[in-house]
Amino acid sequence: MEKVLTRNFGLENSHRLETYLKNKGYQAARKALTKMTGPQVIDEIKKSNLRGLGGAGFPTGMKWGFIPQANPKPKYLVVNGDEGEPGTFKDKYIFEKDPHALLEGIIITCYAIASHKAYVYVRGEYVKSMQTLQAAIDEANSSGYLGKGIMGTTFDLDVVVHPGAGAYICGEETALLESLEGKKGFPRLKPPFPAVVGLFGCPTVINNVETLSCVGPIIANGGEWFAKLGSPKNGGNRLFCVSGHVNKPGVYELPNGITLRAIIYEHAGGIPNGRKLKAVIPGGISAPVLTADEIDVKMDFDSLKAIGSMAGSGGIIVMDDTTDMVWAAMVAARFFAHESCGQCSPCREGSGWVYNNLKKLYQGGARPHDLANLPGIIGNIGGNTICAFGDAVTMSVGSYVSKFREEFENKIKERVCRI
Amino acid sequence: MFTTDLLRQLDKIAGQYEQKQAALLPVLHAIQEKEGLISPESEQDVSRYLGIPVVHVHEAVSFYHLFHQTKKGKCHFSVCQTTSCALLGGEDIIEHLKTRLGIKSGETTPDGKFSLSVVECLGACELAPMMQYNKEYRGFLNKKKIDELIDKNK
Repeated sequence: MEKVLTRNFGLENSHRLETYLKNKGYQAARKALTKMTGPQVIDEIKKSNLRGLGGAGFPTGMKWGFIPQANPKPKYLVVNGDEGEPGTFKDKYIFEKDPHALLEGIIITCYAIASHKAYVYVRGEYVKSMQTLQAAIDEANSSGYLGKGIMGTTFDLDVVVHPGAGAYICGEETALLESLEGKKGFPRLKPPFPAVVGLFGCPTVINNVETLSCVGPIIANGGEWFAKLGSPKNGGNRLFCVSGHVNKPGVYELPNGITLRAIIYEHAGGIPNGRKLKAVIPGGISAPVLTADEIDVKMDFDSLKAIGSMAGSGGIIVMDDTTDMVWAAMVAARFFAHESCGQCSPCREGSGWVYNNLKKLYQGGARPHDLANLPGIIGNIGGNTICAFGDAVTMSVGSYVSKFREEFENKIKERVCRI
Repeated sequence: MFTTDLLRQLDKIAGQYEQKQAALLPVLHAIQEKEGLISPESEQDVSRYLGIPVVHVHEAVSFYHLFHQTKKGKCHFSVCQTTSCALLGGEDIIEHLKTRLGIKSGETTPDGKFSLSVVECLGACELAPMMQYNKEYRGFLNKKKIDELIDKNK
């Protein structure tokens, strides 16, 4: 299989400009800036079927096309490197192993949307990632790949690394914008969408690190080449992050459309200690959990959606048959309760209720109505909040309760509070 | 009041943004790096420097968990308790640290040497169970590794 995103990962000093240039680095940016117009670049990205790899899966070329070029305000590119979705750790590898591939994607994207300023929002804990990226920006600035008159053209671009400060919700694109403007990371109501009113009230494209790292190879090889690598409407490869009960946890670059079974058993080495698979979260903790007999699903946005889950951020968390699913639901709910930003009451209060209920169910002290009430509490969160975080609580926790119902009922029988 | 050196650093940061308030998070990071916490006095200074109400600065300091209002110990353990780490024994690591250090999450030992924070996902599930030790990521934790780290820094 042809490697796209990880093509340079194994090279010595893969993060350095010198290494990147030796391996055809910045040739795609040169091609875009000297031989293509912005709309031509956008058309090529549309042809590639590249979708937002941060989790939403929105068609990238279409998103860029929403930027109103007649608007006289400055345009911005904001790179989402907040990477807070549990189970996901791919952007960290791009930052640290191939930051110039990201920068090349940023240059081409900014050229396409006529932006001269990009902010890369990196999660605050990723200290090494920020240092590596900043060093790459400094190299690019001093070598004419960033700054004024890039590669002898009239195109100027300034890239700034912006540190987050530890809040999951800032991975949500409008919360990220609020955070980048120096405020609490509270999601904004949409519409207006960021393409029209984004950073500092100006038209803004927000893309994930992995998405932008695909842009250089697409321009170099053509949109159709990229589309053929994946499955219908899901162009290219993805970085799948595998963790939990597997022999070889790590990041794997594989084509969209590969089965979950192949990822777990052929690439990640299967389940350790002769155990059996019990459940898998296929796309980060927000994705509804799958049972062991659902793993022949193709790993792309549409196939996972069709079976009631989602491809999300590509974070696969594997659970073996020793896993107590009431406990697993409680751990997920603890995360949601902790990370709810608090802006919307249904999410703020509901996520706490869900967690407390599950804690009682798991630890003892629950009464039968605690389980009976759970679907109602969960149901009152989803669809009633500004951002999709509330839906994530609903879909994720709800999937544990519905797919492993018997375990929840048994827990009630074993540990019921009789007062 | 900011020192001349810090002010120079902050001016460089703030110069990267079209609106000065946007520099709030990196400015707070720079101050915490130097002083070890964000004190009420620093909040006042930041408010004056960025030209925003002090309540906005305080809101940010209390909203984002990487900002501390009290000093952390010389060795700060931030241990992940989210799914991948929990599946591989993260909760046992947290309990072991609590026992060894005699403190709860959010506390610092009386000698100021060790602090413990139990945190949600750090984005390194491939290293599970893992933690952030000061600024470094440490993975595949077990009780022996924890004990060695504590003993070395006692």
